[in-house]
Amino acid sequence: MASVPAELKYTKEHEWAKLESNDRVRVGITAYAQEQLGDVVFVELPKVGAKVAKMKAFGVVESVKAVSDLFAPLSGEVVEINGDLPKSPELVNQDPYGRGWMIVIKPSHAGERNELLSAPDYEKLLAESGH
Amino acid sequence: MVYWSAMTSPLKRTPLFDAHVKTGARMVPFGGWEMPVQYTGIVDEHRTVRGAVGLFDVSHMGELEVGGPSAVRVLQRLTTNDVGALEIGQVQYSLLCTPEGGIVDDVTVYRLAPDRFMLTVNASNTAKDWAWVTEHGSDAAWRDVSGATALVAVQGPRAEGLLARLADTDVTRVRYYHFVRAAVAGVASIVSRTGYTGEDGFEVYVPWAEAERVWHALLQAGAGDGVKPIGLGARDTLRLEMRYALYGNDIDETTNPLEAGLGWVVKSAKGDFIGKEAIERVRGGGPRRKLVGLAMVDRAVPRHGYPVVKDAQPAGVVTSGSYGPSVDRSIALAYVETAHAAVGTALDVEIRDQARPAHVVRTPFHPSRVKKA
Repeated sequence: MASVPAELKYTKEHEWAKLESNDRVRVGITAYAQEQLGDVVFVELPKVGAKVAKMKAFGVVESVKAVSDLFAPLSGEVVEINGDLPKSPELVNQDPYGRGWMIVIKPSHAGERNELLSAPDYEKLLAESGH
Repeated sequence: MVYWSAMTSPLKRTPLFDAHVKTGARMVPFGGWEMPVQYTGIVDEHRTVRGAVGLFDVSHMGELEVGGPSAVRVLQRLTTNDVGALEIGQVQYSLLCTPEGGIVDDVTVYRLAPDRFMLTVNASNTAKDWAWVTEHGSDAAWRDVSGATALVAVQGPRAEGLLARLADTDVTRVRYYHFVRAAVAGVASIVSRTGYTGEDGFEVYVPWAEAERVWHALLQAGAGDGVKPIGLGARDTLRLEMRYALYGNDIDETTNPLEAGLGWVVKSAKGDFIGKEAIERVRGGGPRRKLVGLAMVDRAVPRHGYPVVKDAQPAGVVTSGSYGPSVDRSIALAYVETAHAAVGTALDVEIRDQARPAHVVRTPFHPSRVKKA
């Protein structure tokens, strides 16, 4: 089974969220997600300053065979994007929880973070879908 | 995230199904079959074929045999290429067309004997082709041997050396688009110097029940060559870099051979055949659109059905598109209006409502290394 770090929060759409401070939530896709996608060849991210809404698409990830929306775990403003991904989209496969991160959100609705899945919840979701 | 769709209807399985699952392949539905889309990853598998050697299970492809004194005449009428020019032991790429000039299927024709041929057809078209050839070629005796015939493609610069070690016949002397009968790992096979990758290599037809034996023998004998099983995902990126048409994507019954760039397999001088008149009409006026290669300026991936525009006006449609691992950029095949089909023309592909710059490029996108001699 794909790794699910205990310190992160998750969405049912297979994004992870790292609560770095009240103002910074780092976002990427899970190891399971990148495995399912296969070789990532393009990541389309919003610009810094863009507003994102909880569980609305904030970008797109393309693998050789498929294109998938990226969903925002929380509402807020994009304060940083991973500038390495345009040149090195394979980082998403190689290091999904590290150098393959996508955006940092400054949350606008503090309460939303309670609605995120815990690591055990996400593991359960993977297990239920047969993984 | 959107994943490979779940399987609902019963799908057919090749004799190598268990071998694929054991290897950890990801299986997907394809043309009514449950097929491996990837093993280690599409890019890795693609590079294995370009740099070493890969094995493809393409047992889902259909094989139709036709024989009898009228076989040549029947095939001349059914196919666009000139079967009369085909020697025994030679293979020919050809098309079945409708009277309107649309493409029923693209096929390879093997001349097994003076009066006996085998057609290899696309898996998803096997039933349709069978109905078509038996209806329009009823003077000859047809046999659908798809269920008895497995097919393993061995492709890449090390394919020749690998197969030579397992065959009881000198396969190094088989020329491109020719075949021999040989025992491979002791199994009676047709060894054909053909493929769908742009690399040197072979397609090996073996009895259904013996496929697993041949597959494992190739994997074992090729271990030192770095041989790997290759899924349909890399098969698609490999063929796309060569601009080989994929039925159902780039060609179908609504496309004619000339706009698809397949005029070289339409031999009107040979006599009458189904679709000739319609194709000749198109030749007279010139096709109004052409299948061209597009190279994207940025990395967004063009895909089947995306619109092509020129100065914000509709100009065509993408039929196949992907990241091309050997060319390291996003590439596509697209039908564009003839006025915009010249190499160098700047066009845009609409990707998620955004115009992304591209230009028409020469194809193949990556140099072919098939053995021409």
